[in-house]
Amino acid sequence: MERGLFVADMLSPANEAELADAVTEATATSTPLEIRGGGTRAGLGRPVQAEKTLSTSRLAGITLYEPGALTLVVKAGTPLAEVEAALAVEGQMLPFEPMDHRAILGTSGEPTIGGVVACGVSGPRRIQAGACRDATLGVRFVNGKGEVVKSGGRVMKNVTGYDLVKLMCGSFGTLGVLSEISFKVLPKPEAEATLVCKGLSAATGVAALSAALGSPFGITGAAHWDGNSLVRIEGLEGSVAYRGEQLQGRLGSGWEIVTGAASAALWREVRDVGPFAGCDGAIWRLSVKPADGPVLSDALRAEGLDHSALFDWGGGLVWLLAGEDGDAGASLIRHRIATMGGHATLVRASAATRAAVDVFEPEPAPLAAISAGLRAKFDPAGVLNPGRMG
Amino acid sequence: MEMPTPNQMVLDQKATLVARLTEALGDDSVIHSIEELRAYECDAFTAYRCPPLAVVLPRTTEEVAAAVRICAGMSVPIVPRGAGTSLAGGSLPTADCVILGVARMNRVLEVDTANRFIRVQTGITNLSVTGAVLGEGFFYAPDPSSQLACAIAGNIAMNSGGAHCLKYGVTTNNLMGVTMVTARGEVVEIGGAHLDPAGYDLLGVICGSEGQLGIVTEATLRILASPEGARPVLMGFDSSEVAGACVADIIKSGVIPVAIEFMDKLCIHATEDHAHAGYPLDVEALLIVEVEGSAAEIDEQLTCIKEVANRHNPMVLRESKSEAESKAIWLGRKSAFGAMGQLGDYICLDGTVPVSALPTVLRGTAELAESYGLRVANVFHAGDGNMHPLIIFNANQLGDLEKAEALGADILRLCVDAGGCLSGEHGVGVEKRDLMGHQFSAADLAQQMDLKDVFDPAWMLNPAKVFPLAVSEGRRSGAGTVRG
Repeated sequence: MERGLFVADMLSPANEAELADAVTEATATSTPLEIRGGGTRAGLGRPVQAEKTLSTSRLAGITLYEPGALTLVVKAGTPLAEVEAALAVEGQMLPFEPMDHRAILGTSGEPTIGGVVACGVSGPRRIQAGACRDATLGVRFVNGKGEVVKSGGRVMKNVTGYDLVKLMCGSFGTLGVLSEISFKVLPKPEAEATLVCKGLSAATGVAALSAALGSPFGITGAAHWDGNSLVRIEGLEGSVAYRGEQLQGRLGSGWEIVTGAASAALWREVRDVGPFAGCDGAIWRLSVKPADGPVLSDALRAEGLDHSALFDWGGGLVWLLAGEDGDAGASLIRHRIATMGGHATLVRASAATRAAVDVFEPEPAPLAAISAGLRAKFDPAGVLNPGRMG
Repeated sequence: MEMPTPNQMVLDQKATLVARLTEALGDDSVIHSIEELRAYECDAFTAYRCPPLAVVLPRTTEEVAAAVRICAGMSVPIVPRGAGTSLAGGSLPTADCVILGVARMNRVLEVDTANRFIRVQTGITNLSVTGAVLGEGFFYAPDPSSQLACAIAGNIAMNSGGAHCLKYGVTTNNLMGVTMVTARGEVVEIGGAHLDPAGYDLLGVICGSEGQLGIVTEATLRILASPEGARPVLMGFDSSEVAGACVADIIKSGVIPVAIEFMDKLCIHATEDHAHAGYPLDVEALLIVEVEGSAAEIDEQLTCIKEVANRHNPMVLRESKSEAESKAIWLGRKSAFGAMGQLGDYICLDGTVPVSALPTVLRGTAELAESYGLRVANVFHAGDGNMHPLIIFNANQLGDLEKAEALGADILRLCVDAGGCLSGEHGVGVEKRDLMGHQFSAADLAQQMDLKDVFDPAWMLNPAKVFPLAVSEGRRSGAGTVRG
């Protein structure tokens, strides 16, 4: 009860040392904690049964920003909007275009940068600029023993010691509580344009995306849904115009070019899976070999799983909206994934469904043993988001 | 160089070990005669040597697994080896180890340009991967200078980079999946032709783990469509610090070149004598900045870059005018390490610093070199701050190696203190093992060793690398006393 750490059942440490104290205390008293940033993605993963909530909201602020080194170091509880605003002042951005989950999860509040990293959130530009984990250069975190640990740093090339940065990214707060993160950032492109084609089937659309991605024209977005196929290019004004023409020549007739704000709006819709916002049902996120995307969707439909599908990443990222009755399609989806390769995550469903079916793709025994072993080493008392990842 | 005392019980069982390995893999896959073992006593870090107990050269993942199970059953440490080009002693043997070399596993297993990946056995050389897809207009991006010789296995173990990773990233950003043999001899698949992991990012952890978490036998790699063209521009400056400042300004300008390479005067002269690339000889430092795209796109980008460069009063600013000229410029850069051999023996460091710290670290390096009375040449990937100071010494002069090593350690400490790290792309190996405590706290290192405990509880894979021996002693199974 010292230093104002405890407010009702919400712990809000003001700095890394207080964060370490709070976790140490939780471990000593075997008190499970739900780790919370802005709470906008709290519904991801399996439901957590925790006595207390540990909020990172007071661990906020930009520690260091060097535009000339493309480097940003920021405390985990900093609102994403604040990070993006600071970068915009220097004409820069986070390369991986993180998705905003609020629309499909129906949450409110402000997403934090720590939540983005803990959930490993990437958007359409992932196919060209890499995922959240690729832009994350370093982390500081407090493990389940209450120890402050750092890995990586703030330089782009770093092979000094094991890469715990990748491990922390997308570990949903189950291995440690992030306190500070460093990123590689990129210049915001001077111009963007999207080639749009209407009326293609999913299979034909994804084949066209594949042709575009196999061209030398630096595609930074390739998506298809509901008869709309989209291909994005970004860069210097003259270069975008040139590549747009070249792609039109390569992709054949029917591809119109949309530029500027209209292009940006299309990609916000893809990034946030806009078409599924406000729709009832379970939402699945599948990562497969790009050409398998439409094949998988057709196969599931033939097997009786009625759904809508949005394809990003050239077909390799499939968002499925299906009915939530029964197992919400889990057994059919998992069976298909087992034969084709890839993985499926149940992103939105009621807590009851998320508790009843595997939210994450089940791992083969040797890998499951490694995952369990990591949890036991990083969080021996099992106090950090227990159960979220299994 | 301290190494753990060899396990006498293992040494005594050599005959049994060789018999079992031979039975499982065949006579032509096991090397055990003293003369033949000499070929494996070191890698490209040649200052230290130790012949292994035996070498196995399997042909398949199953044979790798069989060899691992035999070694695990007899408590024999395993040192995995790709092409043996590590500059950090990443595959330096111990006297009681089996070297498990994947050099024979060099086949391309699958090329899929529609889905933009290639699957290979990891003994294949880096350059052969690009060679397998070049005809279809694709390439594999990570391009370490040793790409003609180095194997994908070692690239994954050390998370290798190269000149063009400013734009395309390093190995970890281009690795999609692996087939790996665990320390227990199980075969596991992690990742594949899809992007990003299902649960914890084990692929991200394995990449760069220096062969200490498992033996990667097959890899799925991302391939990219080749750009329409590329063109380098040469810039010469009257001081290294101005060249360093120019790098930061180029990056800030909003154009990200595919590569920004730096060479200082000592290196320029040695390289020009060797490669005749037409480098200017009256400058203190030069930058090679390369951009990609169509001719018009290249012009657009180079206009921006030259504008930035001109603010730093370059003594030379020369755009390549032909394919041949571009080739010569890169030939010079890629042969720099070979050319430096003319100046004497050298140690190649690999510290990385924030780009903004380049000018001060270059100055600090020069001051340290002077205080040791040794020459240091600089040639490196400036865009990402990955420095490669080459410390020149005379191996035949008593005490010179030790002096060079001490200078190297001081330069690396300088890199860490400037906000950087000990190694940008070569790995820690044995070379930088004992400096880890300068970059990491006890808790940082303990957490990394926890990871090792999970993957390899008996600490049998690639012993005595990465962690200072005194720090890992309690965890190493049967770890004996440390000998000098």
